[in-house]
Amino acid sequence: MTSRSQDTALHADAPAYAAWTSVPHPVLIADRSGTVAYANAHGTALFSGIRAGAALADTVPTWLAEAHDRRIANSPEAAGKPVGGTVSGQVAGRSFEAHPTVLDERSTVWWLVEDTDLRLAREALRTERERTAFLAEASNALLSSLNLKRCMDVTARLAAQYLADAALVVAPAAGRRLPVVLCAQGGEPHEFFWDVRPEEVPGLAEALQGFPPVPSRWIDPASAPGWLIPDGFGTVGSIVVTPLPGQGVPGGALILLRRTGQEAFSESEEVFARLFAARAGAAMSAARLYAEQFSLAQTLMQELLPPVLHQIAGVEFAGGYRAAQDHERIGGDFYDVHPGAIAGQASFAVLGDVSGKGLEAAVLTGKIRNTLQALLPMAADHQRMINLLNSALLTSHHTRFATLVMVSAVREANLVRLRVTSAGHPPALIVRTDGTVEENASRGALVGALPVAQATTVEETLAPGEFCVLFTDGITEGRGGPLGDEMFGETRLRRALARCAGMPAEAVVEHVQMLAAQWVGTQAHDDMAVMVVAAPRSHHLSAVDGHTRGRFTA
Amino acid sequence: MSTATDTRSRRQDQLWQALSVGDEDAATRTLFGALEEGMDAENVLLGLIAPVQRRVGEEWAANRLTVAQEHAATAINDRALSALSHHHRTRTAPVRGRVLVACVDGEWHGLPARILAEVLKLRGWKVDYLGAQTPTPHLIAHVHQRGPQLVALSSSIPTRLPTAHATITAVQATGTPVLVGGAAFGVQGRYARLLGADAWAPDAGAAAERLEQGPLPRPAPARQPIDDLPHLADQEYTMVARTHLSLVRTVMDDLQDRFPAMRSYTPDQSARTAEDVEHIVQFLATALYTGDPDLFTDFLTWTAHVLTARDVPAHSLVPALDILTEQLKDFPRALHILTRATDHLSRTRPDHAAADDARNHA
Repeated sequence: MTSRSQDTALHADAPAYAAWTSVPHPVLIADRSGTVAYANAHGTALFSGIRAGAALADTVPTWLAEAHDRRIANSPEAAGKPVGGTVSGQVAGRSFEAHPTVLDERSTVWWLVEDTDLRLAREALRTERERTAFLAEASNALLSSLNLKRCMDVTARLAAQYLADAALVVAPAAGRRLPVVLCAQGGEPHEFFWDVRPEEVPGLAEALQGFPPVPSRWIDPASAPGWLIPDGFGTVGSIVVTPLPGQGVPGGALILLRRTGQEAFSESEEVFARLFAARAGAAMSAARLYAEQFSLAQTLMQELLPPVLHQIAGVEFAGGYRAAQDHERIGGDFYDVHPGAIAGQASFAVLGDVSGKGLEAAVLTGKIRNTLQALLPMAADHQRMINLLNSALLTSHHTRFATLVMVSAVREANLVRLRVTSAGHPPALIVRTDGTVEENASRGALVGALPVAQATTVEETLAPGEFCVLFTDGITEGRGGPLGDEMFGETRLRRALARCAGMPAEAVVEHVQMLAAQWVGTQAHDDMAVMVVAAPRSHHLSAVDGHTRGRFTA
Repeated sequence: MSTATDTRSRRQDQLWQALSVGDEDAATRTLFGALEEGMDAENVLLGLIAPVQRRVGEEWAANRLTVAQEHAATAINDRALSALSHHHRTRTAPVRGRVLVACVDGEWHGLPARILAEVLKLRGWKVDYLGAQTPTPHLIAHVHQRGPQLVALSSSIPTRLPTAHATITAVQATGTPVLVGGAAFGVQGRYARLLGADAWAPDAGAAAERLEQGPLPRPAPARQPIDDLPHLADQEYTMVARTHLSLVRTVMDDLQDRFPAMRSYTPDQSARTAEDVEHIVQFLATALYTGDPDLFTDFLTWTAHVLTARDVPAHSLVPALDILTEQLKDFPRALHILTRATDHLSRTRPDHAAADDARNHA
């Protein structure tokens, strides 16, 4: 009723405008000089103080007054037709589209259509889309890494990009020093450590323990401890501490900071921050679990990895190993070298193959290596070692057996004397300086299968540059080659070794490994191990004449 | 300046002499001698070890070294480098970030990567060197465990490019940028860009310089390997790679039908021919993978040189290409690649034929 009376009051002298009173939108009519001629009841309700004769610029928002001036500046159109030039803007927190039409040559009518709900819906949609895209990006980035530091970096960077002026990610730690990653908006994350009491920040200690469950906590910036605020950050407007929920293990905490002048965190932003924190927490706890499992596996595997070999007491040793499964580093083949207990005593080398492959076979290789190490005091008697190893394997719960070849090697002047014993294993090959490849004659039964494992020991002498090759059948039985179905075979191995005469032990090992690996290509293969025991070349003599044997055999 | 150059070329000759007779002590003495003369350690790596190693490869291609001799020379160079590295280990404290250096799976030439690892150590980086022939699962596990800021991948053989691509994408998926180097990545690193590597360097020195210019940008998340190479959708690579063994067999059988003389080849000769054919098929597959016919033509041109050096007429390659062309007539991209290469070989044939004639007359 009031609006009706205002309408009348404004236009009592203007019956020509009577028809406009029924329009269900605010309507304004203004003339070319920018003076209001008429406003209907919705118009007067919207623009307080509007009346006929008032200047448009004094009563409506600038965006509408300017649109009117622009229209006047470049009209004149035909009367009654809607024309282009729709503008939109806000009036008292509501938003409108203002459509102009030409009433007569003097006046323009502005029809104001409210689109506040549409605008709010659009804005909400855009926000949700941004958040969904952000969460998808966050998930991608977080899922792709199993490294804790990197997960912390990603979390801090994304949080600083979308949620706050700066973000701190704090990881739980066993000791007092808390690993922290800080990222300022637009900056790069960097890591440092807090040597602080997390209890000084409400909610932080709980978040780091992962228990009891706590909601995000608002911190009064005034009461926050100084160490919480990054150097050079400026005045803090708001702080939120959000726990990063781990999966059975503490995940850590995310601390978001905004400067004064920025809006504080809204409720929906806080909910959203929690969604993000859930993903970050899951990724960080997965990374922590992975790191723990990895270091556990590393520790256990350390004993099973093939040792790095080198020269011992004037005898060169080199070994190489490739597991059947590319993702594993251990398997059913093994080798080991132990120096003699006292100077002048032979070093003991062994290379062997346990039936089966993978982790279970690797565990048995560990057992055999330990047993042989314990038996080292009787290394002078290979048969005795084999007997004891045989009974140890027979009494164990393993049903597996093994083949192996033992070599005791000692330097005498520039020669190396070997005692070689093969227990069911492919014979050792001896490569002379002239490229002749000989087969060591030792033969024996495999160990761990029968009550008695008999083997013979055969001695060899290596001149400088000569070497003895021990290998497992994974090398010779690897199938492949250009035609794909041929075995690498001992003939091919011997031919390759003949060309290696005089090479350093390491180079021989690498050469054999390379040929065998190239032979099998991408096809499945067994574990492959190779070890070379060599008499070092004496170079000052080889410079005189590298090919005559016997000249250096003092 | 000229004295420094003289020193370097004199030491290069010395090192080459030591490698060619397999004298490890002399090789090591040469390196330390150069250090004592005032050559800095990085210069020993880049100006002494690297060029002499290149020469080892060239000598092999020219048939002046056997594969085993090449391997021995490389091993000795590697061991001399170890001695140098051991000497320097305590002198440079790592002050920069962590970098992981490795070879692509199936790559046996570890020395270039090793040289890069040593140069980076000298410049104060923390370096994890995983060595030649690094299985991709090990590499990725290592990336997760250590979180390096960069992975440097080396590959010298173009046929490792498909594996290199898988490795690059897998590393990038962890959010870690990848720098690649090595002859496999082509002139000016063209295949490095093609496979989406974040950076390419022509040699270890340039790689070290690039790292010092600042961190590489983070790789884009959720990139799929197929995005780089949409032509793989035609499945030609997949088919040729899957059937490469039967292709090699067919070519060998047909060659014997066409050239009955092949039947009387020694097992060694047959094996070498089969290896050559296998390489041809592998390079054809790689050209299909990269979508670059030049990769195949370049390989054949190089093979022709190597064969000529071994007194095998280079045009003997053409019949093998003809048989492959018949076998792959339903694969348009493969046909295009084979036709271009055959044309190129035929064009260059007179030169080689002339060279062969000259040798026969000599």
